Amino acid sequence: MRKRSKTILSDGTLFRRENTLYFQNAKMKKPKPLVVEGIYDIYIYGHVNITSQALHYLAQKGIAVHFFNHHGYYDGSFYPREKLHSGDLVIRQVEHYLNREKRLQLARLFVKGSALNMEKNLKRWKVADGFSGLLEELFRELEMAKKITEIMNVEARIRSEYYSRWDEHLPEDFKIVKRTRRPPENEMNALISFLNSRLYATIVSELYNTQLVPTVSYLHEPGERRFSLALDLSEIFKPIIADRIANRLVKQGTIRKEHFRGELNGVLLTKEGMRKVVEAYNDEMRKSVRHPNLKTNVTKQRLIRLEAYKLMRHFVGVGRYDPLVAWF
Amino acid sequence: MEEYPLDDLLITGTEINYLFICPTKLWYFAKGITMEQESEWVDLGKFLHERRYGNEEKEVQIGRVKIDFIRKGEIIEVHEVKKGKSMEKAHEMQALYYLYYLKRLGIEAKAVLHYPQLNETKEITLDGREREVEEAIQEVVRIKSLPAPPKPVKSKKCRKCAYYELCWV
Ligand code: SF4
Repeated sequence: MRKRSKTILSDGTLFRRENTLYFQNAKMKKPKPLVVEGIYDIYIYGHVNITSQALHYLAQKGIAVHFFNHHGYYDGSFYPREKLHSGDLVIRQVEHYLNREKRLQLARLFVKGSALNMEKNLKRWKVADGFSGLLEELFRELEMAKKITEIMNVEARIRSEYYSRWDEHLPEDFKIVKRTRRPPENEMNALISFLNSRLYATIVSELYNTQLVPTVSYLHEPGERRFSLALDLSEIFKPIIADRIANRLVKQGTIRKEHFRGELNGVLLTKEGMRKVVEAYNDEMRKSVRHPNLKTNVTKQRLIRLEAYKLMRHFVGVGRYDPLVAWF
Repeated sequence: MEEYPLDDLLITGTEINYLFICPTKLWYFAKGITMEQESEWVDLGKFLHERRYGNEEKEVQIGRVKIDFIRKGEIIEVHEVKKGKSMEKAHEMQALYYLYYLKRLGIEAKAVLHYPQLNETKEITLDGREREVEEAIQEVVRIKSLPAPPKPVKSKKCRKCAYYELCWV
């Protein structure tokens, strides 16, 4: 059986009885058994009580649980027992952080990969208008950057150029206008943030299944978030996963104004909106593409794991990390 | 008879096995970069431990691999059930490695590889093959000490290897 991600949007209780995990919400007459063998990881959006026995069981099975608040923002993960790390790899990962040149190199590569994926999107949406020329210039700056803050600065400029072009292509009701966060002030921002949070958690799950230390990062400062390496990797995947889904959902009218509600502190997706977005997200992650190097089909989700493997290879010194640029 | 544990036990049978499959795989494995689905054979250290502490268990089941340790006077038979012969050399060297160590501990033993699907068995004894084992050990030590993994070389083995994605993505 192929393991799948499980998303819980409703409120309820997750508990264990004998060797079975159950979920029960108010609407259910009987608790619903969850087959742990088929679960890859769990994403919880509702108010869910989890018993410690359930957590023990999930830890035993190596299943990570990700929690989101009612805005759909990532709160944190239950990251069961750090798997056996490789002392050697940990040392190399840290070395690439401590060595300024090595850190800068990786930070640049994350920004570059991200930018090239943005470019790819704009071309698909036919709003690339001068973006490539601009990138050339900004990449030169990137090469010259001697500090992480300078790299971050270039990154921010690339991003704002990207958003302003993407905006041209979006329906009137869903302009990004100004990308705001926490709380998002408009629908498109809310949608993108929701997807980015989910993507971040997925990356945390994938890193969990490798020997990489998720807390040592390069573009982002370690400690910016607990799993800052997932932030680095999400730069690569945000454009080609989250942005593409968001774009499709509003262009096709799957997500409409009615899927949002205004709150004191911003615009939020409704439960129904979240359900639709999660569904689209899961479908997307299960889609596969032919991998040019591996010569096999791999799912979009697997691409994240593969990116982690490429980093591992970089750290141990067989070839340089070459960020994924979407060929699809 | 030497005392257990021997320093050289830092090398595991699996490492000897991997040496004859692929040095890249050996390097990753030895550095703790594992890809699930490993652990063939019983850990020799574990076996010796059990033996020393009087565990008379005759059969050890680890994952899908069944190992019998049958005492016949001082001759011990290490039985191994294998699926196919494609990794025959690796299996054989791993067996030899165990026999080599048991001998250094003063325990005489022989190994039997079973290939039920081929309806064959193969008996392995150390007789005069110590050199071969010692060379393999040295080669494992050398590869483990390399600062980077040996460059992967694509072969038929890669397709079935757990490191396929790591090597070739
Ligand atoms: S994929 Fe091929 S080169 Fe890489 S470790 Fe496996 S057998 Fe060796």
